[in-house]
Amino acid sequence: MADVELRNVVKKYDDVVAVASINLDIPNHEFVVLVGPSGCGKSTTLRMIAGLEEITGGEITIDGSVVNDLPPKDRDIAMVFQNYALYPHMTVAENMSFGLKLRKFPKAEIKARVDNAARILDITELLARRPKQLSGGQRQRVAMGRAIVRNPKVFLFDEPLSNLDAKLRVQMRTEIKRVHQKVKTTTVYVTHDQVEAMTLADRVVVMNAGRIEQIGTPNDLYHHPATRFVAGFIGSPAMNFVPATLESVGDGLRVRLSDTISFNVPESRVARYKPHAGKQVTFGLRPEHITETRGHHNGTGQEFTAVLDVVEPMGMETMVYFRINGTELCGRVEPTASGNAGEQMPLRANLDQMHLIDPATGLVL
Amino acid sequence: MADTVQTWGSTVPDKAAAKPNKMQKFLRQRSTIAFLMCLPLILIIICLVIYPAFYSIYLSMLNKSQTRFIGLGNFAFLISRDTFWQVVAQSTIFALSAVFFKALIGLITAHLVNNLPVKGQRKWRGMLLVPWVIPLALSTLGWWWMFDPTNSAFNYTLRSLGFEGIPWLSDPYWARFSVILVNVWYGAPFFLIMYLAALKSVPEQLYEAASIDGASAWQKFIHITLPMMRNIIAITVLFSLIVTFANFDIVQIMTAGGPRNMTHMFATYSFLLGIRSGDLPLGAATSLFMFPILGIAAVFILRGVRKRGREIG
Repeated sequence: MADVELRNVVKKYDDVVAVASINLDIPNHEFVVLVGPSGCGKSTTLRMIAGLEEITGGEITIDGSVVNDLPPKDRDIAMVFQNYALYPHMTVAENMSFGLKLRKFPKAEIKARVDNAARILDITELLARRPKQLSGGQRQRVAMGRAIVRNPKVFLFDEPLSNLDAKLRVQMRTEIKRVHQKVKTTTVYVTHDQVEAMTLADRVVVMNAGRIEQIGTPNDLYHHPATRFVAGFIGSPAMNFVPATLESVGDGLRVRLSDTISFNVPESRVARYKPHAGKQVTFGLRPEHITETRGHHNGTGQEFTAVLDVVEPMGMETMVYFRINGTELCGRVEPTASGNAGEQMPLRANLDQMHLIDPATGLVL
Repeated sequence: MADTVQTWGSTVPDKAAAKPNKMQKFLRQRSTIAFLMCLPLILIIICLVIYPAFYSIYLSMLNKSQTRFIGLGNFAFLISRDTFWQVVAQSTIFALSAVFFKALIGLITAHLVNNLPVKGQRKWRGMLLVPWVIPLALSTLGWWWMFDPTNSAFNYTLRSLGFEGIPWLSDPYWARFSVILVNVWYGAPFFLIMYLAALKSVPEQLYEAASIDGASAWQKFIHITLPMMRNIIAITVLFSLIVTFANFDIVQIMTAGGPRNMTHMFATYSFLLGIRSGDLPLGAATSLFMFPILGIAAVFILRGVRKRGREIG
């Protein structure tokens, strides 16, 4: 087990920059998730840590020593691939013990480790089978088993759940978390699914276009996004964004979304936003902070009325979609409180949770 | 599945014949239609393969003038002849050594080509296929010319480098070497192309997983590439063994079995006995001897292929 550091790591393919100078410290035992849309450089970053891609510039250290020029086999890492990459001609036990055999471990030790990993993953009765005879979830477990038996310094996961069906994905997600709590190996996990990122990670690294947008705990990212990209990427349904103007009203501030709808900025935020008074901003508010008026939220709720476009009952809650100044917004209301599409509905915005974003830089103010 | 009973239009009742008679039912079965569509091919195979095969079995049981049935007389005669056993040994040596070197060279060149940058690969693939594409009779004539003892390309080069010329086709052992060499030259590209296809079908991630598991390039070859290619290797070796064992043109053009019958193979020996010496039944009997030898090899190899196919899938 070890810590991993990335210092100004760059990856270029000819002239295309895949990863643009990223810095990342992963302390021992931590579970870090790299998340971002496809093509953001997260998988490339993982493969550079693994040694499967050469790095164009910068430095990667594992356990304090620079591994830039070390081949994968000498980095003492284990990786779980998206399509598992199990050796089809070997049994489960052979798949799991292959790395140990190549490293010339004694037979008894290999058997003990394979048995132990099989017990952790509950695949003991599958040891004699071949990958072809396993279901997707079982293959996933074997791929994890192959990583666990090595007892490596770092686990690397490359979108390991994306080939599973939705139900199994949730189940395996819990499994991965359970295994990490048990073996506590430093883990770097890549996914495009922000739910996976939020549920698994100690810290989440949001990447976009080859850069790190923000690093933080799941709650940090959710409640205090640093950029519009992070605010929009984390959370489902996504945060509502509306172009708005910040107006000074006496000592206070007011954010105007349309001719008819404007909200008073909570006092606690006034000092923070004061320098931006009179400017165009993007107003951001998550769907769960737009509720029915009967909601018993604490804090500064401000009411407004909207004509519902679409109503989506989900059972435990109902999504209501409406427009302000042509921009579509989403709110989450109690199923009993919702009106029908086309009707007017009074809604309440919890402005303690609002974000204002500079439209030019994309930074949260 | 062609052999399950599925009928066409069974959900649409036929008004004209509410109860179709047996013949109509039979004709509507999928398996019947499949059979009818395969019929032209089946006829061709019957005429060109099955009939000649059975006819040669019948022929091999006649006397030289084809007037009397002599049972296994021709086979008994062959078994008692030293030359025949020499032909068996030579065919086996020829086929085994030629197939071994073809497979080896094919495997090595396939790896080399596979590791070339994608841009250059097509060019090399094309060039390396040339021996296999040229009509064999023509290219063998070319080789025959190069092996000529007097002033041919090989001996001229050897002499100008100060060596003695080699009697390529007149010394029995050099003659064996020469026919095997030409067969390897001709057949290796087939292995190259099959192995190249097999190499490309091994998922890249298996190699990445092996790298992370700690495998060196050689260990990846032994533990990943070879096992993944085993079926293709087995099938190409079997196929090549059959074709090489039955080879006719190379030996016939280069040495015609000589010197002193030392390069005769089943096909050329059978040709010598049946056509040149006019004993068709004896020639047929000779060529029929290949059947059990190749049949046994095929059973073993295909059994392995099926087993592995089930395991890996």
